[in-house]
Amino acid sequence: MASETSDPRPLSPHLQVWRWHATMLTSILHRATGVGMYIGTAALTVWLVMLATGTNSSVDFLFEGVMAWVTRAGLILLTFAVTFHWLNGLRFLFWDAGKGFDPKGSSQRSIIILGAAIVVTLGFWVFLLTGGAA
Amino acid sequence: MSRMTTPRKRVRGSGAAGSGTGHFLQQRVSAIALFVLMPVFAVCFALSGAPDADATRAWLGSPFGALVTLLTMSAALYHGRLGVQVVIEDYIHRTTTKAALLIANTFLVAGLWLAGVYSLLTLAL
Repeated sequence: MASETSDPRPLSPHLQVWRWHATMLTSILHRATGVGMYIGTAALTVWLVMLATGTNSSVDFLFEGVMAWVTRAGLILLTFAVTFHWLNGLRFLFWDAGKGFDPKGSSQRSIIILGAAIVVTLGFWVFLLTGGAA
Repeated sequence: MSRMTTPRKRVRGSGAAGSGTGHFLQQRVSAIALFVLMPVFAVCFALSGAPDADATRAWLGSPFGALVTLLTMSAALYHGRLGVQVVIEDYIHRTTTKAALLIANTFLVAGLWLAGVYSLLTLAL
């Protein structure tokens, strides 16, 4: 990384020549959902400050009309991020204990975790949107 | 030169990264905290009547709501700061840019945490 300009040497193969596989996808998603939650936590904290200081009426438009659905979409993505990162993070704790490194099982667990995160997210929001929280 | 040191001394000297296993352990311990806190917070928050402002204020100001939010927010910001630190270290290689982003990460999280704690106390007390 010493020279950032033109270095004629070939790069080792990476992203564009890799065949996508489940563990790669969950690894990338773990980081992506982490960064997503960082932004989500910042947004929720700003909203908390606005609620406490009484300036929240300036963001009321986020919860009205069409914007309510945009906000909801963001919150649904955030729910998925939390659920996925939580499940995959549990897996990290097992890895730390030296368990769960077999390739075949790892792939299966990647798919199970991804599927479970989607199911939990959808279930949670179907419950909320059908008046479960009312 | 380093051969002059004992293995124990080298480990205590924190190795190549200069910070030993501290970061790793902090990340894991905050992960364990969030493993318990996050589902409790998420479910209670979702059922609190949010995003209706009055309902959310009431829940955040209740003893249970304030405490759960305080704990979850603290652990989440702590864990998130560590995670984003690694992302910056992995992808940004220019020393000055990296340092600036690492400092910004710390300041942003510290600011959010203090503002969040202040707000929760305002609502709860």
